[in-house]
Amino acid sequence: MINLGQDEIAKYPFLADAGQYLKDKGFTLEQFDTDPDLQLIIEKAYHRIEIAADGKIYKSDLIDDKAGKDATLPREVFSFLIAVVLLKLCGMYSLIQRFSLAEARRAEKYLEKDLANLSDKTKEELAVRIIKELFSLNVYKQNDYFTISVSDYLKHSINFHEREWKLVNRRVEKGMVQLTSHETVRLIRKELSNYITSKIHSIHTPPMSSGFKKPVEKLIMLAKKFSTQTISSTEYPPCIKHAIEVLEKGENLSHSGRFLLGTYLLGQGQTVEQIAPLFKNAPDYNEKVTLYQLNHLAGSIGNATKYSCPSCDKVKSQNLCFAIPECDNIINPLQFGKKKTLNA
Amino acid sequence: MHEIDQRLLEESFKKYYFDNFDLIHVPDRPSEREFGYQKFNVGMNRHISLKSDKELHLLLITNIPSDVYCSNAYYSFPTLPMAEKDWQGADLIFDIDSKDLNLNCRKEHTCAKCSSCNTTFQIQSSCPKCNSTKFDTKSLTCNMCISSAKDEVTKLYDILTNDLAIEEENIQTYFSGNEGFHIYVTNSQYQKLSSRERSELADYIMFRGAIPETFGIKKFNFEKSSFPELNEKGWRGKVAKQIIGSKSKKPKVIREIIAGNYTMFQKKLDDLKDVIGAKIDPNVTMDVHRIFRLAGSINSKSGFSKVLCKNIEKFNPFTDACLLDDETIEIKASCPIQFKLKNRKFGPYNDEKISVPKYAAVYMICKGLASTA
Repeated sequence: MINLGQDEIAKYPFLADAGQYLKDKGFTLEQFDTDPDLQLIIEKAYHRIEIAADGKIYKSDLIDDKAGKDATLPREVFSFLIAVVLLKLCGMYSLIQRFSLAEARRAEKYLEKDLANLSDKTKEELAVRIIKELFSLNVYKQNDYFTISVSDYLKHSINFHEREWKLVNRRVEKGMVQLTSHETVRLIRKELSNYITSKIHSIHTPPMSSGFKKPVEKLIMLAKKFSTQTISSTEYPPCIKHAIEVLEKGENLSHSGRFLLGTYLLGQGQTVEQIAPLFKNAPDYNEKVTLYQLNHLAGSIGNATKYSCPSCDKVKSQNLCFAIPECDNIINPLQFGKKKTLNA
Repeated sequence: MHEIDQRLLEESFKKYYFDNFDLIHVPDRPSEREFGYQKFNVGMNRHISLKSDKELHLLLITNIPSDVYCSNAYYSFPTLPMAEKDWQGADLIFDIDSKDLNLNCRKEHTCAKCSSCNTTFQIQSSCPKCNSTKFDTKSLTCNMCISSAKDEVTKLYDILTNDLAIEEENIQTYFSGNEGFHIYVTNSQYQKLSSRERSELADYIMFRGAIPETFGIKKFNFEKSSFPELNEKGWRGKVAKQIIGSKSKKPKVIREIIAGNYTMFQKKLDDLKDVIGAKIDPNVTMDVHRIFRLAGSINSKSGFSKVLCKNIEKFNPFTDACLLDDETIEIKASCPIQFKLKNRKFGPYNDEKISVPKYAAVYMICKGLASTA
């Protein structure tokens, strides 16, 4: 565990040991139930979740990274800790996810600032240490930028779908990738968010008390806004259309093309018998082999591994992607035509 | 394949293996690797463990495989089914194959063999003898193919050593035994990369997915674009050298680029991919469970051996990898393409009975252009 000063805990409250922190400050969770002065903290905590649920970042009371007054720092930490208690009590997964992401983005701002802090070397060192200890990512400072190894970069950047994050669009030299402080921190957002989520999940749910009851009920109502509805269309994505066209023309479809088509249609719920006739025009068609291979993909023979449809990234790398605007934002061909809409 | 041809190949391969044990070794950390082999006309046998050269040599002599493979991956339990092997990491591997290079020479040394009546003919829409439209294409590699594949190896080598900081002693280049080269990277920071991460690395090496912004081109303020310097490292420097050429030409070239637009620059980058990107097969690099042809073994697509290239420039597969003996063999050859092995020219043969050294007979039989039947 990293030892943090008071103002660092306010910036990165998820690093604190919650129970220990309350104890150190001379509080117990029960006091929040009875002490009217602490009601303000509960309200602040609720507000912190509400803001996060709205996709915004909670505006801190911290001014220029320093506390405006003595009480601000603990209040900042308390509101985070109580927000976690409320989330545990309401148990709504969608809210925990949103809260974690918003808190990750909030911490990201401080990390970026600390990383680029030229006047205070200890701040930069702390940011580097947080990144290293939490995410095993070694960041080195080199002139105006930061460098991380290509292998570390790849491990994190593959979570991004924007082309600017592709390694080919980065400055690479001697096995290291050059990044700005903003990019360095952005690279770990997902992991930071996952870290906060797992931290929340690992905390024992405290017993419900009367002081928390009302905000928890409000949170359950709030979470209902985020249930999703799926609208499906029966249209095939362009990569699948292409594969079917190639076969219809009697041309040779590559092994990866056949794998894509087979796994996609199986993923759509079609049976091996329904899919097999599609391959009839293939120049090397052999009914027995086709059925064997489709059954293998379906996991009904062999070691019972069911193969899933490859991701859009993989399809792209195999030159089988023919993306159209309707493909926007999907990461697997199976998502094509399934539009997620929020009830809100 | 006809049984009698199969027997000839098996006898030839067996003799080669017996005489060349010194060329065929298990790679480093053999007990952590998965081995596999194929016999003629039989499916793949894999999930095999071989702990020493001795065990490997025994397998070769007793089974006389058509092809032998070994994983680039390391496992705790290499003989268990894939999901239970406990993957520990894998050497980076690259496959450069001349058939993927879209070379003009290819049509000159490719012919067709009818799937119905086995007639060999120059490529056309249907078989001149039986009119069947189903046929296989057969290609014999030429010097141009090998030379172009070597150029790709050189490009790859430059990226591996400079951009990716891989030490030269950790890179081994092998002739694949047929139409290209296999490059291995061992002991690097990339051993633990997953399949998706390797796919991204392959895109880097192939210069796929580059966007104009990387090279200082602005989408909305196009005229305010700035360009990389010629001496920059990585793709920025390589692109600058390709597009700008020399320092003296820079102002003129930049004026020309500014006179165009963002889309035109993107097109330029896409076109450059074929020039500066190394043309590797990304599917091989991203496969972390592959069993890859074993060094020293014979490739049944040609009868050539997969051999280490100590000096890629001087390497000549038609002599250096053609290691079968020259005992005279009588075959019937339908090989319309002339080829040269061990500095001796063969063909073209028009469905005729000939006597040739074993290495040439095996080559044509492996290519499906001759038979002893």
